[in-house]
Amino acid sequence: MSSPLRREEVAHVAKLARLSLTDAELDLFTEQLGQVLEHANDMNSLNLEGVVATAHPFGLTNVVRSDEVRASLDRDEVLAMAPDAQDGRFAVPRIMGEAP
Amino acid sequence: MTLANGWEIVVGLEVHTELKTASKMFCGCANSFGAEPNTNICPVCLGLPGSLPVLNERAVELAMAIGMALHSTIAPSTFHRKNYFYPDMPKDFQISQYDLPINVGGYLDLPDASRVSIERAHLEEDTGKSTHLGGTGRLQGAERSLVDYNRSGVPLVEIVSGPDIRSSAQARAYAQELRGILIATGASDGRMEEGSMRIDANVSIRKANAPFGTRCEIKNLNSLRSLQRAIDYEALRQVELLEGGGTVRQETRHWDELLGETSTMRVKEDADDYRYFREPDLVDLAPDQSWQDRVRAGLSPMPAERRQKLAARLIDPTSAQLDAVEVVIDLGLDDLVERAVDEGVSATLAISRAANELAASIDEVKNFSSESFTATLLMEQRGELSATQAKTVLAELLTHGGDPHEVAREMGFEQLSSSSLGATVAALIEEHPDEWTRYREGDEKLAQFFIGQVMKLTKGQANGKSVVAELQARR
Repeated sequence: MSSPLRREEVAHVAKLARLSLTDAELDLFTEQLGQVLEHANDMNSLNLEGVVATAHPFGLTNVVRSDEVRASLDRDEVLAMAPDAQDGRFAVPRIMGEAP
Repeated sequence: MTLANGWEIVVGLEVHTELKTASKMFCGCANSFGAEPNTNICPVCLGLPGSLPVLNERAVELAMAIGMALHSTIAPSTFHRKNYFYPDMPKDFQISQYDLPINVGGYLDLPDASRVSIERAHLEEDTGKSTHLGGTGRLQGAERSLVDYNRSGVPLVEIVSGPDIRSSAQARAYAQELRGILIATGASDGRMEEGSMRIDANVSIRKANAPFGTRCEIKNLNSLRSLQRAIDYEALRQVELLEGGGTVRQETRHWDELLGETSTMRVKEDADDYRYFREPDLVDLAPDQSWQDRVRAGLSPMPAERRQKLAARLIDPTSAQLDAVEVVIDLGLDDLVERAVDEGVSATLAISRAANELAASIDEVKNFSSESFTATLLMEQRGELSATQAKTVLAELLTHGGDPHEVAREMGFEQLSSSSLGATVAALIEEHPDEWTRYREGDEKLAQFFIGQVMKLTKGQANGKSVVAELQARR
């Protein structure tokens, strides 16, 4: 049975997610993710005319909070948890390019 | 700028504006510019596991206000995660609106009567701010970067125009008019230099009426001047490229203000690569009619309406006067002007002093009362102050404050207005009997002679019209 997903697609998604996969893992996940997609594809056999797409189990809308300032965290406490900090900021290694 | 050989510039602008809320978009951290780094951070805006976003009501209302000012439809909308990795975004995704934005469609009419369509104006959150260490302080060559997350999660609205703009000057006019609208809605302070309003320009070229060409997106436009220069540069670059037999590659380019040129930043990512999906922690946003009505009721008049109202105060305005009206509206000085005119100052004088003297010290104007403005201009109008004196008094009031009458007195201006000017004129008449006789016999040119003499004696502090009045009274 041919997988609905190509190996290169899995490699691309892995790259976007910053995951390094071995060749064996790529093969494995191409097959497994393909099965997931096929399972989702079962929906196509149903008559879904008039059914609205749902992204949330509750029919809630407009859940908002009023615009009030609340206390923030203590900076020293937060920075103490960071791998590295300098001048009150999080220090990160060289950035290789502009934000996408 | 017009391009050679029938090429036409096509521009669409994406304007990001930070919203002037008290707290951030999804958490209660303060939304304030210039705070000590990382003092306004919490689990939500740091993206710590288990934290949950809750939408800020005021941010929604400001977004709606922007949409209403741009004649958009307020539509039911949803939030998505835009996934990418970058140090200034600790969650590794930005919450944004994707296929269902809050404001759909609309338009913005410019002062030159051209209309630019609006595709959408959606809500999203801002990212943190990086400082690059080592090298030149720019990203290239930096050894490490420091990140401040105070800005992470600050509410933004991104306003996307249609590709309707046909020149860099029109792009600038659009950005300027939009800035006025953002300020009028209370959504933004419009400070480009502080990054509270940021512009990306999509630029392409084509021959008239041909299909659109491939576009490049220009980033790092931090002023209206940069916007205009970058578009002109980029259009010329594309003309040279195409006329040299090359093709334009769709990419993101960085504007360098010092070099005055754009350079490749990266080849454009596919929308697919952001793996947008619905933000499962936020429910749909669908402002009902009564919520929309409340927001609409709170809207102040927009710049176009204010411009029209102020121009209507002028009788047969010249184009220079209309330009001055535009400056007054852009700088938000119309309230001061309107009040002065209501108190009896001529519209011509009030608009001129606002567009010139107040505009020159715009940073000081926020501490300047309309009473001071009105009182100074009334003194000038009554001839108690010459134009030069009135300008000097305004400058003094703007920098040091005080009472206009006292300031004028301290500067030795006001006394000239009344008895002392009369005495000076009387003394000059006695000194120059021949000139006085010729003036009395109808030689009007001699008025200039007497004005000159008075100016000399008063070191230029007298008012020409008042001198003539004194002469007439004795004729």
